[in-house]
Amino acid sequence: FEISKWNQYVGFATLPNQVHRKSVKKGFDFTLMVAGESGMGKSTLVNSLFLTDLYKDRKLLNAEERINQTVEIIKHTVDIEEKGVKLKLTIVDTPGFGDAVNNNECWKPITDYIDQQFEQYFRDESGLNRKNIQDNRVHCCLYFIPPFGHGLRPVDVEFMKALHEKVNVVPLIAKADCLTPSEIKKLKDRVRDEIERFGIKVYQFPECDSDEDEEFKQLDKELKECCPFAVIGSNTVVEARGQRVRGRLYPWGIVEVENQSHCDFVKLRNILIRSHMHDLKDVTCDMHYENYRAQCIQDMTRFLFILHAVVKLTQDNRMESPIPMLPLPTPDVETDRLIKMKDEELARMQEMLNKMQQQIHDGKDQ
Amino acid sequence: MSESIVPPEVRPKPAVPAKPPHVAAPSPTAPHGPSGLGGGFGVDRVPGLGHSGSGSTLLGYIGIDTIIEQMRKKTMKAGFDFNIMIVGHSGLGKSTLVNTLFKSQVSRWSSGWGGEHKIPKTVEIKAVSHVIEEGGVKMKLTVIDTPGFGDQINNENCWDPISKYINEQYEKFLKEEVNIARKKRIPDTRVHCCLYFISPTGHSLRQLDIEFMKHLSRVVNIIPVIAKSDTMTPDEKNEFKHRVRKELETHGIEYYPQNEFDDDMEDKNENDKIREAMPFAVVGSDKEFQVNGKRVLGRKTAWGVVEVENPNHCEFALLRDFLIRSHLQDLKEVTHNIHYETYRARRLNDNGGLHPISANNTQESNL
Repeated sequence: FEISKWNQYVGFATLPNQVHRKSVKKGFDFTLMVAGESGMGKSTLVNSLFLTDLYKDRKLLNAEERINQTVEIIKHTVDIEEKGVKLKLTIVDTPGFGDAVNNNECWKPITDYIDQQFEQYFRDESGLNRKNIQDNRVHCCLYFIPPFGHGLRPVDVEFMKALHEKVNVVPLIAKADCLTPSEIKKLKDRVRDEIERFGIKVYQFPECDSDEDEEFKQLDKELKECCPFAVIGSNTVVEARGQRVRGRLYPWGIVEVENQSHCDFVKLRNILIRSHMHDLKDVTCDMHYENYRAQCIQDMTRFLFILHAVVKLTQDNRMESPIPMLPLPTPDVETDRLIKMKDEELARMQEMLNKMQQQIHDGKDQ
Repeated sequence: MSESIVPPEVRPKPAVPAKPPHVAAPSPTAPHGPSGLGGGFGVDRVPGLGHSGSGSTLLGYIGIDTIIEQMRKKTMKAGFDFNIMIVGHSGLGKSTLVNTLFKSQVSRWSSGWGGEHKIPKTVEIKAVSHVIEEGGVKMKLTVIDTPGFGDQINNENCWDPISKYINEQYEKFLKEEVNIARKKRIPDTRVHCCLYFISPTGHSLRQLDIEFMKHLSRVVNIIPVIAKSDTMTPDEKNEFKHRVRKELETHGIEYYPQNEFDDDMEDKNENDKIREAMPFAVVGSDKEFQVNGKRVLGRKTAWGVVEVENPNHCEFALLRDFLIRSHLQDLKEVTHNIHYETYRARRLNDNGGLHPISANNTQESNL
């Protein structure tokens, strides 16, 4: 007598479907940052990627208006729905980056913005009402490298190094339709070389599982060798080979944005949206955010230690310390230096506290 | 230069006449055939048959007009000097364009070199000279490259080395001129023309572009060109050019050919047309491809071949004709008669006059 097969089937194989249904109901969000000098085709590419027209009413500043402009951060949010799946897409634009004569530290507003989003999330996560946390963290940063150079320029290297440990950096070669195929290959080789030489940690595509089929593995390999992607964007539709496609019409030919032999736009779109969007979010949460959080906690710990010491000093050891002593991480050179700094701060704070106490005392007497 | 320099009132006459003098049509009253230029004209018995439009009537043919031919022969023997400076940040195709313009490997980076394009820390000035010959005319062409311009993170005052170089050449020429025993033909290293390469962003000029041109348009002839223009469609090109011209006007930047130096109406009309068409959107290439059975210079992409000399594709032919075929001599003259004279006047005023120096000892420069 056989135990019915049915009894041996527990049924949790349906979990992925349940998760899927819940996620679809909840909707997804994705924050994409675009950075690069003006005129690199960033807005056009974003419009091409998401088939939107986010920049309809944009007014282009001329050079005079831009003289005293600092790097701004501008957010555009759009809700896209496709086959019942809702995506809340946020594009973070960085106008003014790299446009000035003196571009020293022009990436600071950008790194500050990313840190602020992390801080916001950290606070929300540590707060009491965690049901509706808004995730504004930047999941991916597309960096546009000009095609006119011979590789990375100093500003490109500095920018990517300032950001590679805070966000997923995906370098792109912009306006690739001004390069011949051999020039593209040379430039890509050069850029890949320099990325390695300068130790820039760009976003790495995860390795294929070993049980994927050969075709998938081949595609994956091609993708990785294609980095950085040479892209072209277009806001206009042209007629090419009997079809209406997004493209650019030149007197010598028509460039089709979605033609793989013309540029890597399709590959980029697939990576960004169709295959790796979730991975980009995961890496942001698991790596960049966790790094930030660990650093933050470490800093807070030191601060709390100092605060505790101050309180101890001013209260003659009589009152119980209201702040529990937290275990300190193993001190290193950096920590020692910071502690020395804090010691000096401490002395100053103590003096201030003494003065305040004196004032209160005097006030009481009167 | 903070104060505005007024060019001297009287311009010294150019060494070689710019154009052949006008030859008026023969008066309708003349019963005989038209007069020709350069001789070959039979003596006419009818008195009062004049040659030039103005001046006294000549009684027979003297042959004054053959002076043109004599000058031509002399200058051909002597050869020409031309110094062109190229400025723009790296990767804009400056060297390729110059090679394409002069149809030879005259620039520092010859195509076959394959050297490392390292970005120098400060702007360097590298001058390379070649002698090229065409139709019996020899030209000593010097291409002055400025690697490092605009490539750093902080590009403040990166035009200072360039400004210094240009003034040094004026100074060199001035010293020679002021010499007691001076050379018959002073070697001319002054920069006759500065090609400034604008990045084809499609938006507008960058701050650095404006700063550079503001500082240097009163010191040297600046010709702005839009580099790598095969990145823009025809509409984008026109819009961009229009915006750039407006911006240059707003900032009071006079590019060559400057409005104030037009000689007469004919010049003005011609130059107006050119000014309206500038800055030229160019593409450079030193490779040839087969298009419709012809071999053309161009760039081959997956969607077509960009032909450098095709006026529908880019304005290289316009730039070449303007720079070399019609205004080459004028560039030299404006440099000599205006920019150099301005520099000279300023120097003489500043130091209470430069004393002529003997061939043996040199005077300390009080710059």
